[in-house]
Amino acid sequence: MKKVYPREEWCLGCKLCEVYCAAAHSRTGDLISAFKQEPKKPVSRIVVEGNTQHSIAISCRHCTAAPCVESCITGAMQRRPDGSIGCDETRCVGCMTCVLVCPFGAVHKGEGNKTISKCDLCTERGTPTCVEHCPAFALVYQENEEGGR
Amino acid sequence: MINYTLPEFLVDRDRDRCIQCGVCVRQCANEVHFFAPDGASLRTDDAKCVNCQRCATLCPTHAISIRKNPNQLRESANWQPQLIREIYKQADTGGVLLSGMGNPQNYPVYWDKLLLNASQVTNPSIDPLREPMETRVMIGRKPDSLNFVCDAKTPREKCSINSPGSRLAEPLPPQLELKTPILFSAMSFGSISLNAQKSLAMAAQRLGTVFNCGEGGLHADLLPYAKNCVVQVASGRFGVYRDYLMNSAAIEIKVGQGAKPGIGGHLPGEKVNEEVSKTRRIPEGTDALSPAPHHDIYSIEDLRQLIFALKEATNYTKPVFVKIAAVHNAAAIASGTARAGADAIIIDGFRGGTGAAPTRVRDNVGIPVELALAVIDQRLRDEGIRHHVSLIATGSIRCSTDVVKAIALGADAVYIASAALISIGCHLCRNCYTGKCNWGIATQREDLTRRLNPEEMSLRAENLIHAWTHELTEIMGGMGINAIDSLRGNRLMLRGIGLSQKELDLLGVLHAGE
Repeated sequence: MKKVYPREEWCLGCKLCEVYCAAAHSRTGDLISAFKQEPKKPVSRIVVEGNTQHSIAISCRHCTAAPCVESCITGAMQRRPDGSIGCDETRCVGCMTCVLVCPFGAVHKGEGNKTISKCDLCTERGTPTCVEHCPAFALVYQENEEGGR
Repeated sequence: MINYTLPEFLVDRDRDRCIQCGVCVRQCANEVHFFAPDGASLRTDDAKCVNCQRCATLCPTHAISIRKNPNQLRESANWQPQLIREIYKQADTGGVLLSGMGNPQNYPVYWDKLLLNASQVTNPSIDPLREPMETRVMIGRKPDSLNFVCDAKTPREKCSINSPGSRLAEPLPPQLELKTPILFSAMSFGSISLNAQKSLAMAAQRLGTVFNCGEGGLHADLLPYAKNCVVQVASGRFGVYRDYLMNSAAIEIKVGQGAKPGIGGHLPGEKVNEEVSKTRRIPEGTDALSPAPHHDIYSIEDLRQLIFALKEATNYTKPVFVKIAAVHNAAAIASGTARAGADAIIIDGFRGGTGAAPTRVRDNVGIPVELALAVIDQRLRDEGIRHHVSLIATGSIRCSTDVVKAIALGADAVYIASAALISIGCHLCRNCYTGKCNWGIATQREDLTRRLNPEEMSLRAENLIHAWTHELTEIMGGMGINAIDSLRGNRLMLRGIGLSQKELDLLGVLHAGE
């Protein structure tokens, strides 16, 4: 299954991935509207840890044995047919257990208070928007960590 | 103290577009952008802006625009504002003015005053997409004649290329075979980042051409590309040792550089870190001084000694190039250099780039490469020694037609550096000497060099040469020429426009309409 892999040695810590991710998952999907007009502050599914000297962009690893799926109290966190892990927002009660158990800190509290937000690999858009907009080629979307694009 | 120098540029931020994401803050090494104490609104310190366009390029909403400060000094055709600013600067610092990249002054660009020919009716043009087109060039000394030997019984004078079992009586001098007449020019590790060098090295290997590691030695990471590397022996002799010479594609003795003829170099000790020290083979923290002259070259005879010392050291397997800056007596110097045994001469014009040069030297010393190339080619032809050397023109070759015109004026190939750097992101802000290149090229700061990913950037450099080579074949095809060899020195393919008779004579071309 294709995932987003960060390449730490090339990450600039510019956080453009966060900007584009948040905008892509906002109500309008438009950069300026998302940040300046929408009532809820857009939340990015990918987070850059570190500073401009050393940094890495962290997003959901879609683990094979996923603690978030195992611990979900309502069964909202599920493995989708394509192997990725997604949250069924109609079932999610916002208990935040998944946020606590994720070993990568890749599940976040969502916009507003109810649900969570996590990387959905931009399945509706094709290529993940973070990969598409990374100016340093520090994010790759590929089958496994070693494989080429 | 009053700062007499007003900001050269103003950075405008469109508040309707800015989303305060802070990418500009994190990307500007000059610290132009910063968050106000409230942590939310953005401010700029315009005085620090060098107009490299990094922030404007990365801004996701294109909210940033950089413009020339309209607040200008009173106009004078004599006291140009730039001169006044430079006096303020020197009054502040007491130092020599420094500049990066090529001469930006308004001198004539002869490439732009030469027009190309094309076939009509009486001689057919060639379609390079359907017919073979040779862009391969061989750089190196060509023998006066080819002699053959065949079987033991036949006397040598009766042997020809067609005799059964014939082979060359003497081996050919070493030749550097290139798939395109475009080479990457010398840029040392130190003046540019290792990632920038690596990008060009990878591109050169895939293109079947060469890059040049400059005078700073060959970094261990570049050893896999050594077969596509022209290694430089400059006045400081940094990083020169047996394997450096033996692993190379060719050896280049750098006598002068177009941007700063007659001037040496000085890499301050602070910049000689572990990597630079290992590559240059000098102790860490020591100043790396490249003297203005080679202290063992004070004549053509001395140059010959060095050329043959290098040939001897490499067992006569590597062509030895000599790079000279285009100066007043270029033709005589080139003639001497050819006689000294050089396999190729590189002529670097006064518009050539640099990482750092004294501004006054860069802007005033040397002559245009177009004129130097034309007179050198003519002089070598007149003296019957043109085949002894290949000529490589450089010093601001900006596009494929500059390549065509250079070859038609007599060059075998061209070196490009500024154009190659532009392909990997350089925005020609001309502040290379500050070491804070926001594009990760002219810097050694790790957080900045990381901005150049050689895997991706080498594709851009490769694309550029590929595109230029394609254009080259299109233009040659239009002229009815199917090989670089038929274009070289073919000045009938050129016509001058708006040039004086003297300029036309020097270039050896007719005026348009003639």
